[in-house]
Order: sequence, then structure tokens, then C-alpha cells
Amino acid sequence: MNEVIDPRSVDRPNSYIGKSVPRPNAAKLVEGQGQYVDDIVLPRMVHVAFVRSPHAHARILRVDGAEALQLPGVLRVFTGKELAPHCDPWVATLAHLKGMKSAPQHPLPLERATWVGEAVAAVVAETRAAAEDAAARVVVDYEPLPAAVDMETALLPATPVIHPDLGDNLCFERVNQAGDVEAAFRSAHRIVEATFHTGRHTGVTLEPRSILADYNRASGRLTVHHATQAPHMMQSVLAKHLRLAEGDVRVICTDVGGSYGIKVHVYPDEVAVAVIAKLMGRPVKFIADRLESFASDIHARDHRIEGRMAVDAEGRITAIDIDDLTGIGPYSVYPRTSAVEGNQVVNLVGGPYDFANFRAKTTVVLQNKTPTCQYRAVGHPIATAVTEGLVDLAAEALAIDPVEFRRRNLMRDGSYPRTSPAGMKFEGLSHEKSLETLLAMMDYPALRSEQAQLRAKGVHRGIGLASFIELTNPSPFMYGIGGARISAQDGCTVRIDPDGSVMAATGVTEQGQGTEAIIRQIVAESAGVPIGHVRVITGDTLTTPYGGGTWACRGAGIGGEAALQAGLAVKDAALRVAGAMLQASADTLDLVDGQIVERKSGQARMPLAELARIVYFRGDTLPPDLPRELMQTRHFITKEYPFAFTNGVQACWLELDPETGIITLLKHWCVEDCGRIINPMLVDEQVRGGIVQGIGGALYEHCVYSPEGQLLVGSMADYLVPMAAEMPDIEVGHVETPTKESQLGAKGAGEAGTAGAPAAVMNAINDALKPFGAKVLAQPFTPERILAALGKVPQRRPVPAGTVAALQPRATPHPAERSASATARISGKTGEHGLLARLFGRKS
Amino acid sequence: MSTAVDLSLTVNGERVTRRIEARRHLIDFLRLDLGFMGTHAGCEHGMCGACTVRVDGKIVRGCLVLAASLEGAQVETIEGVSDSGEIRDLQDAFIARNACQCGYCTPGMLLTAADLLSFNPRPSRAEIREHLSGNYCRCTGYHAIVDAVAATAAKRSGGAGR
Repeated sequence: MNEVIDPRSVDRPNSYIGKSVPRPNAAKLVEGQGQYVDDIVLPRMVHVAFVRSPHAHARILRVDGAEALQLPGVLRVFTGKELAPHCDPWVATLAHLKGMKSAPQHPLPLERATWVGEAVAAVVAETRAAAEDAAARVVVDYEPLPAAVDMETALLPATPVIHPDLGDNLCFERVNQAGDVEAAFRSAHRIVEATFHTGRHTGVTLEPRSILADYNRASGRLTVHHATQAPHMMQSVLAKHLRLAEGDVRVICTDVGGSYGIKVHVYPDEVAVAVIAKLMGRPVKFIADRLESFASDIHARDHRIEGRMAVDAEGRITAIDIDDLTGIGPYSVYPRTSAVEGNQVVNLVGGPYDFANFRAKTTVVLQNKTPTCQYRAVGHPIATAVTEGLVDLAAEALAIDPVEFRRRNLMRDGSYPRTSPAGMKFEGLSHEKSLETLLAMMDYPALRSEQAQLRAKGVHRGIGLASFIELTNPSPFMYGIGGARISAQDGCTVRIDPDGSVMAATGVTEQGQGTEAIIRQIVAESAGVPIGHVRVITGDTLTTPYGGGTWACRGAGIGGEAALQAGLAVKDAALRVAGAMLQASADTLDLVDGQIVERKSGQARMPLAELARIVYFRGDTLPPDLPRELMQTRHFITKEYPFAFTNGVQACWLELDPETGIITLLKHWCVEDCGRIINPMLVDEQVRGGIVQGIGGALYEHCVYSPEGQLLVGSMADYLVPMAAEMPDIEVGHVETPTKESQLGAKGAGEAGTAGAPAAVMNAINDALKPFGAKVLAQPFTPERILAALGKVPQRRPVPAGTVAALQPRATPHPAERSASATARISGKTGEHGLLARLFGRKS
Repeated sequence: MSTAVDLSLTVNGERVTRRIEARRHLIDFLRLDLGFMGTHAGCEHGMCGACTVRVDGKIVRGCLVLAASLEGAQVETIEGVSDSGEIRDLQDAFIARNACQCGYCTPGMLLTAADLLSFNPRPSRAEIREHLSGNYCRCTGYHAIVDAVAATAAKRSGGAGR
């Protein structure tokens, strides 16, 4: 455990950590001078367009490219069978996810297409337009096969098994439990239960997936310009499956136009591009178009969760029990796997609360839809929506204010370190302080009274709260122990150049979140140079230390600590040289603002540039055996905790129009605790961006499929994303509980917004709906679903994402009610579950 | 399937003559034929605003305009307005306020914001949000962009923001 840096300590030299320093790379971006993959043009470069399956499940009988090859500028048509000999297939499982199974996957399928949008053939042409023209002329004969579309029926005997070798459509199953759940429910004062849906959605990165692979036959080297979050992971994957040495694969990602988890996966069509580059020995570019993005970028969050919570007479949670089902498409996605989202749900449910009895089951099934995988805040928005939804139901059942209910149940601030019933180890969290900070920011009592006054005038506003935890700084426990070649450690190299400027090369990458900015701040402070003298290099496997890249909020906490240590090391090395030059002991000197100074007096002795000049050009003047290592590399990996958990709480204030079902977001607040804050402005903007991404899933975004497995949303006119006019202003506050795992003390901040926002929006809508006795629990909360909950339009049947009907007492439950998803029920001490009950009712 | 069209126009103040396919969109003409990579293709059907450029002083979607329709037109891109310094203050505000993250939407966002400020020098936050509502940004959540535009408006008007 470390002494953590305190940015508030007085007279701290080079104090850049904790300051809102602007990003060094923003200047080029605002002038359109960034370099995204599609901006790169290489000599003899050719373009790929893919022929994609129009069927959810079909046998590929014949692929005929003869007509396509007649078009001008068209060079090659590749099928799966032609690429397969040059690329080893992969199976996306992790050994520590016991019993997990998936099928071998090739760059292009050999025999069967298994989702609408799966690439089945590749056309290479001199221009993208020519390739697209030709793709339309490729004749593919399909034999349509019965598809397994609905996750609810994926395991039924009548449903076709997508991969017969697997025996069934079950990918993974896990039960996580602690205590005695059944006993807790038997002795409960009140039980609330509900079924939640989190609609399948996707990342919609504004820059589509992009790859430009260039193979040089003479040198045997593959250079890949890739819009990716994890260059070293891609290097390892491409080397392994294309049978190259890792050193012969270079992955470069300069600017990336948004990732959010979408660009951390291995996409078969992108691997196909690399194989084609190797076969053709020239640069091959593929840029997905928007329709391809919707059909082939990973989707996420397609979950149905039944949850129940037991509370005692004092309003304390005694047990949580959830049953999660998720459909992940026909293949688990390589190499992170598609079981992690469900696994996260069963790890994170109930996370902020102090209770003992816990059971969470996830069932991960295969289906003929676009594959799902990790997307910003993986599993968190689902776990938080379920937890916070149940919390509000329980508060309502006990007629306790939702704030008061949280105060009674949140983990106490002084109670750490501790382990949650789900087995998560918490080093130090601040739920109570975060909640109180939030309530002060939003002036909760005033808002409640405004709400009451407006309600009397027929204006329906709602307040929704959501406490959450967020998993950051992952150790090898996330992927490495399961056998995936995904690095949890990261490194930074810092080099002093002859003019006294400093180069810092880091294994973490920049996707716009500000990696370059924070690494620059940290290195400037730790090495002791002006921030303008630091240049950061990211995103190149040839020139940066080996690292994991950017995912699971690891850049600041892990990459940042490596940068801190490398900066301190290079300062020590410089001071050693300075001591020899100045005939002084190195420990009496310091490096401040690019000057060697006397530590005690602060008196300047020599510019760093002079020291560097001597080392590089007049090394003959130094003692012969003096080490002059002005380049230092340090790596960092977390040691004591598998993850550094952060926490926070959000609040949403909105207005609901009961005539139209339209929601107007008025304001949103978030208080989060990501430990040591390196750059407050960047953290705030991560939180705000994350919140809006969460709001998108809550209100608009939905990958809708027909019962046959046709994706019905293929454009941004069909799939709605949050735009400026509908979004609220967002206030962000902080509590800082640094992790002692590192000297820097930083945890991650990039996913907190997305983790909590959907739950806060859901609870606010249901708060607004309270006078109507209605509830919605199925995302996205569209006007239609809200009107259906109000009984103003018919409920759609079957209900893939049912919105609950108004909660009316009823003597006997309709048998369909339980499967009609978004039912919320409360039952009394006896625990009978068969009856719909009034929310404010006593025992049903 | 292609018909060649001869086209002469002015792009960022320079006269340009090219023979292009009739189906060539302005965004592809700028990027592929002229090498102006600052304008980005996001959705290619007019929904995201990433390809926003100016034609004869008005902002348009580069993906919805056929280049062949622009004979004699004046086209301005992010490169042009950066070189001229016309929106320097807005760009500085975007940097200072961290109103761009990945930067992919930023050129289109800046041209759209500049368009608003050209006819409404003191827009309210709601008016800023409304005018930017055709420009998709996945990174920022828009709040910082609204702040940056409001700050620029205030500065240009020599007063505090509205």
C-alpha cells in the first residue's frame, strides 16, 4: 500500500495532477487535422466491400463472383472457404467461466450464415464504390434454415440448435450466491418483485469500424492501421491466427472516432481484411458503412431480469434474488467472450447495499441475431437498473422516501475494506457521502415540494435516484486467468531528449477520453518538467511498452501509475547525472520545471537541457562508469484487489406528458468517486458523456428484430440516439477516495455515467407515473410503452419487452402475466407471489 | 453505371476543376478527390451531421449533395475556416471547455455552431441545443459543446453568457 499523492499539498512543485489542463491533441481535432483510419491513403491501396447475409440462419450453397469480377476495377472475390486455409479459427471462451461454450468462428463462414448482416463474401476493388457495385452482383445461393431468434425460447427442445456440435444453445450459466436466500424471503416483512428488460442496443461510434491492413511480402510484416482500443491485443490475435510472429505484426491506431467498447473486439470481417492483405500483398482498406455498423458492430444489453427483494420491518434489505437471461447472438465474441456481461450482472447486482443473502443467476444463450459483447459499462447499467428498481419498489411498499430507504441500506462509509455478498472486494467507497453531496447539489427537499405543487396543477414530474458501483482498474482476474492474451498490466517509457523535452510512450490508448492529456500531466509532474515539454505517444505496438490499451476504465489508474513511476525514475536518473556534474549528492538536488535545483533552497543550478546535451553529445566529460540512463520504463499491475471499485449516485428530474407519453429531461446530477482526480474537467466530461449514453439506452435506442430475425433498425433514422435538443444540462460533483494500490491513487471514471443513468431515468419516470398507478420496467421507455402503461394504447403482444400495465389489484393472476415481463409485484410476509398487488397495498 | 461530369468550383478559396462521376457525393469529392480529410462521413444518409460543410455560405450535408450540382459554387470546409481564422475563437472555446473528445463530429459541429452565431449572436442554451440537434456527438453528452458555443457568443458580444 502506498502513500498517495495529494494534489492539495502546499508548495508542490510541477503540480499538474488535479488541474483542468486542456488536452494537447484537441488543437488538431478542432481544425479537422486528426488522422482517422479512413484518412490514410497508401500506394496501391484497394478496398473491400462485404456481401452480407440477408437471412438469420441459412446454409450457404454457392457463392458465385463471376459477374462481379466483370465490373471495371474489381480485383477479387473471396469466400470463407478461400480464406480459411490462411487463418486459424477461434473459439471465444474463457477458462474461468466454468462450462462456457462457443463454436469455432472463421473470418467468413464456411457453411452457414448465422445472423442477418454476417459477412459471407468479400469483394476487393480499386475503389469502395466499385467494390460495393460488385458486391451487389455476387450471387449467393442460400438455403434458409429455421432460426433461433427469441432468447426466451432458445433452450426449448423445439428450437433449432445453432451449432449442433455444442448440443444446445446454452453458452454459459452461473449462479452466484451467499447466505440463505430462501429463509430470508420466508421471514421477510415485505417482498417486492419485478421483471426488467434492458433493450438490446449498440454503440453507434460516429467513426465506423475501420481497418487498413498492409502486408509486405518481402519483409513478411503486417502493418495494420486500426480503429481499436487494444493495439497489443490485436497484434497478438492477428499474429496467432495468421500464423505470424508477434514482432512481424504492427498495429497502429492514431485517432479513433469513438469506441465505448465497440472497438475492443475481434470482428471476423476485420480479420478477413488482414488475411486478404496477406494474400494480395498490398494495402487493403475496409470502412464499415452505417447499415453494416448496425448489423455487425457488437450489440449489447439484451437482458430480461426477474428480480425480487426482501425487506424487514425496519426497511432494511435482507435478501436479493435475481434471474438474468441474455441472448448473445450465434457466437461468443473473441477474445473477451460474450458471457462477461451476464457474469458482471451477477457480480454487481445489489452492489451499493449492505445485506447478507444473495442469489443471482445468469443464463447466456445463443441465438440468430448480431453477436453481443462488452459495451461501455458492461453489465453495470443492467445490474443498477434492477437493483435500483427493486430499491424504489421496496421504498414504495414501505411508504418510505427513496432517499431515506437508501440511507438505511447503503454500505456505511467507514466500513471498508469489505466484501459484498456477490464476492466483490471493496477497498474504500463513499456511498453515504456521495448521496448527501448529491442531495445538496439538487436541493432534494425543494425539488420534492416543486414536484408536489406542479402535480396539483396537472404537471407530472418525477425524481429518480440511482446509487451504483463501477468496476475499474481490472487485474488479470478479468481475462488473463481465463487464458485470453489480454494484458492487465501496462507500461510507460519516458525519455529525456537533448533539448530537455520529454517523450512519454504509453501502452494505454486515446479514444478521445483524454489519455494523452492525463499522461502528459502525470509525467510533467513526476519527471519535473513544464507540461509543454512533454510529448505523449500512444497507439503503436512498435513504439509503446506492452499494454492492454483502453477498456474497463484502466487508462488513468493503471497506465497513469506506470507513467508516474516512469517519470519518477527518469528524474532519479537525471539527478544522478546532475550530482556528478555539480559535485553534489543526488539526493540534495531536485528537478523542478525543467531545472536542476537545490532541493532545500530551490536555487537553480542547471537547465535539464544542459544536462541532456552533455549526456548525449559530450558523454566523454562525465565519469566513465556513471550511469546516464535518461530513458526509463516502468510497468504497473494492481496487486491486492482484483478490481478497484468506484461508486457514485445519480439523480434525474424529468417531466412526463400523460397524453403523449413523451418524456422531457429537465436536469441530471451525478456525484461520483473515482479516487484521485487527475484532470477534473476531463472526468466531468467522461461522466456527462457516459450519462447521455445511458439515457440513450433508457429512452431511445433499441435494436429491434422481427420474429424471423430481421434487424428492423438499419439507419440512424430508425435507431434513435440522443441529440443535443433532448438532453439536459448535467451537474457533476465528486468525492475522492484514492486507491492505496498505487501512488497515484486513481481509479477509472469513464463508465460511471452509463452505469447509473438508465436506472435514474427509470425511477424518475415511475415517480412521475405514481399518481396513475402505472410503472414501466422495460427499456427503452418509449412514448408508446408509457402510454401502454397508462392504458391509453394497447399493450403489444407478444411482449418481448413488455411495459407493465397499470397495477390494478386482481383476484387471480392471468397465467400470461408472469411472462408478460414488466410486472411489478409486492407481497406480504407470507411471501405469496401469485397476485398482482397495489404498490401501496398491504399484504396482497 | 457512371457518367463523367466536368466540374469547376471554388473550394476553400481555390479554383478546382475535376472530371467526376455523376454519382459522386460532395463528401467523397472533398475527401477522395481533393484530400480534405477534415470532413468526416458518419452515417451517409443525412442524420448525423459529421459531414457538414458550407456551400455558398449555407451549411449542407456533404453526404446528401451531389458534387456535380455544385458548378461554380463556393465550398468551405473545416480546413478553410481554420486557415482563414474565421472561427478561431470558437475552436479555442472548444479546446478550453473540452467540447470535443474523439473529434470525429467536431468539424461539423463547429460549422453548425458558427452558422448559428452568424444569425443569432446571443443564443440561449435551448437555442444552441436546437440548432445543434442535427449533429450527433456520442462522446460529450453535448453539455460542454453548449457551454463552448455560449462562451463564444458571450465573448463576441463582449458580455457574460445568457
